[in-house]
Amino acid sequence: MAAKPQPFAPTKVASTRDLADLQRAMWRVISRPLTADNQMQRIWSDGRRTSQLTAQIAKPNDRLTSFERLEIYNRMYWFRVLDSLYDDCPGLRAALGDAKFIQLAEAYLVKYPSGSFTLRDLPSRLAHFIRSEPRYTRPHTALCHDLARFEWARVVVFDTASQPVFTMNDLLDVSSARQGKLKLALQPYLQLLRLDYPVDDFVLAVKQREAELLRGEASNAPSTRRKVREKKTVLPKRARTHVAVHRLDSRIFFKRLEPAAYRVLTSLREGATLEQALVTGIPRGKKSRVDWAARVQAWFRNWMELGWLCTR
Amino acid sequence: MPANKFNGYTDYGIGIGLRIPHYGHILSRKPTVDWFEIISENFMVDGGRPLEVLDEILAQYRVVQHGVAMYFGAADGPNKEHLRRLKILTKRTKTPWLSDHLCWGSVDGTFSHDLLPMPYTMAAARQTAANIRRVRDYLEIPIAVENVSSYTEFHVSEMTEWEFLTEVVELADCGILLDVNNIYVSAQNHGFNPYDYIDHVPHHRVAQMHIAGHTKFEKYILDTHDHPVLDPVWKLYAHATKLCGVTATLLEWDDKIPSFDEVHDEALKANEYIAQAREAKIPAPRARAATSRK
Ligand SMILES: [Fe+2]
Repeated sequence: MAAKPQPFAPTKVASTRDLADLQRAMWRVISRPLTADNQMQRIWSDGRRTSQLTAQIAKPNDRLTSFERLEIYNRMYWFRVLDSLYDDCPGLRAALGDAKFIQLAEAYLVKYPSGSFTLRDLPSRLAHFIRSEPRYTRPHTALCHDLARFEWARVVVFDTASQPVFTMNDLLDVSSARQGKLKLALQPYLQLLRLDYPVDDFVLAVKQREAELLRGEASNAPSTRRKVREKKTVLPKRARTHVAVHRLDSRIFFKRLEPAAYRVLTSLREGATLEQALVTGIPRGKKSRVDWAARVQAWFRNWMELGWLCTR
Repeated sequence: MPANKFNGYTDYGIGIGLRIPHYGHILSRKPTVDWFEIISENFMVDGGRPLEVLDEILAQYRVVQHGVAMYFGAADGPNKEHLRRLKILTKRTKTPWLSDHLCWGSVDGTFSHDLLPMPYTMAAARQTAANIRRVRDYLEIPIAVENVSSYTEFHVSEMTEWEFLTEVVELADCGILLDVNNIYVSAQNHGFNPYDYIDHVPHHRVAQMHIAGHTKFEKYILDTHDHPVLDPVWKLYAHATKLCGVTATLLEWDDKIPSFDEVHDEALKANEYIAQAREAKIPAPRARAATSRK
C-alpha cells in the first residue's frame, strides 16, 4: 500500500509542536516570492495547486478564498522587506536599475531571509551574496559589491556605540617618551573601507538627484522633473579608493583617506601601538621623514577633531 | 483600567507614538504631551542618533515601550539576544509597563517582520502564556499583550479571538493592550460583532488602549495607521472606556504622517469620548452592533 501523503499543515493544534508545524506551513506560503505582477504563485514548487495547500491552513469567508486570504500576507511580507532594502540601497539601485535591483533583492532574501528582530540588519549579508552569486549583477559585480559594502557601512555607522574621545589634553598627559607605546582605539562606529570604485561620490550624486526629484515633485513642475529623470546614471570608473564613513553630531559623513592614513588607522584598530601603526602605514624611502611627520601630525589633529580616537 | 498592576499603577492620559518626522518639532518646541510610546526595536541599538534623541525625550517626557517583534505566540519562544537588548532599554526608559502583540512572526530563527495571527486553541494559548511569563520574569516589569488585526482565520481554531485572548492573559496573569481599531478591522474581515469582543474580555486587565486609522478595500479592511480614527472606532473606544474605566490611550499614526499638531489633535479627540463614557451616555452595546455574528 502506498504511504498516505503527509498533510501540508496540521489538522489540529494540540501541542507546541503542532503550533510550530502550522506556523512553518504558513510561513512557507507567505514567504514564497510573488509573481511578476505581485500575486501569490498559483502553482506550488511540487506542481500542486497552491490553493490545495492554502485550503489546509486558512478558512475561506464569503468574500475571500483561503488562497486570497493568505495572499494578503504574502504580498505584505514581500512589499515590506523589498521596501526596506530599497530604502537602504539607493546607490546599488541606481547602478542596477530598479528591475534588476528587485531581482537581486528577491534572490538575496530567498537565500538569506531576515535573521534579526530588526529590519536594520536586512542588508548585512548582501555584499557577500553579490560576490557569491554574480549572475544578478553582471557585468558590474565588483562595483555592486563595493556599493553594498558602502551602503551597509552607512547603516552600521548610524547607530553603533561611541566611546569617550581621546583629546589633545589626554595626549599631553602622556610623556613624549611613552607616546610611541600609546595604544589608541578607534570609535566603534567608524567604518574604514578600501574600495575598487569611488562609490562615495556616486552615492552622494544619487542621493542628490533623488532629493532634486522629490523637490521637483513638491514644486509640481513637470518639466524640471523630466529633466532630472532623463539624466542617465553614469557608473563610476574603477579607481582604488579609501574612505572612512563616520558621524558627527548624529549626521553621517564620508571622508576620503590617503592610502597610508588608511593603513595607519586599520593598524590602530587591530591593536597596534602608535609606533607600530606608523611603521606599518608609512611607506619607507623616497620622501624624507620630515615630510611624513608633518602629514601624520595633520592627520592625527584632524582625527582627534572628528572624535575618531579613543583610549583603550 | 486607570492605575492597575498591569500598567505599573500609573494613570497616564493620552499619548502619541514617537515618530522620526516629529523629532525636530518635539525637541525644539517641547509641546505638552501626556506621554510618548516608542517602538522598542528602534532603540535597541548601541549608540548614535536614536539613543541621543531618546535621552532628550526621556529628560522631559514619560515614555512607554511598545514592541513589534517579541512574538509571544511563536512556537520557538523568545529570542535571547532580543530579550537582553530589551532589558537594557527598559533600564534606560524606566517604562512602567511594556507591551507587545498577541501574534507570531518568526519561525526557526527567521523573521517575517509581520504580526501574524494565532490559531485559537488551548495548546497555543498555553505556549503563548508561557512565553509571556518568561519575558516578564526576565524583564521584571508588567506586560500588556495587544490584540492584532488579522486577515485570515485558521481551520484548527477552537474558540473566538476574545476567548483566546482571555485564556492567554488569565494563564499568564498579564495585562491587555486593547487595540479597538484592530478589533474593528478584524470584526469587519471575519464578520463578528466588535461589541461582543469588548464585552467579553476581562476589563480589569486592560492596561492601555490603542486607537488608529485603517483603510477599506473592496473585500477587506487593512490596518494601515495612515488615517485619522474613523467614527465607528471612536464609538467602540467610548464603549470600551465605559467598561474598563478611563485608560491610558495612544493614537498610532505610522504612515503618511502629518504634522505633529495634527496627530496630537487627533489623539486629543479621545477626551470627548472619555467625557461621554464618564457621563455614561453610551447606548447599550448590543443596540450599537455593527454586524451580527454568524
Ligand atoms: Fe496597536
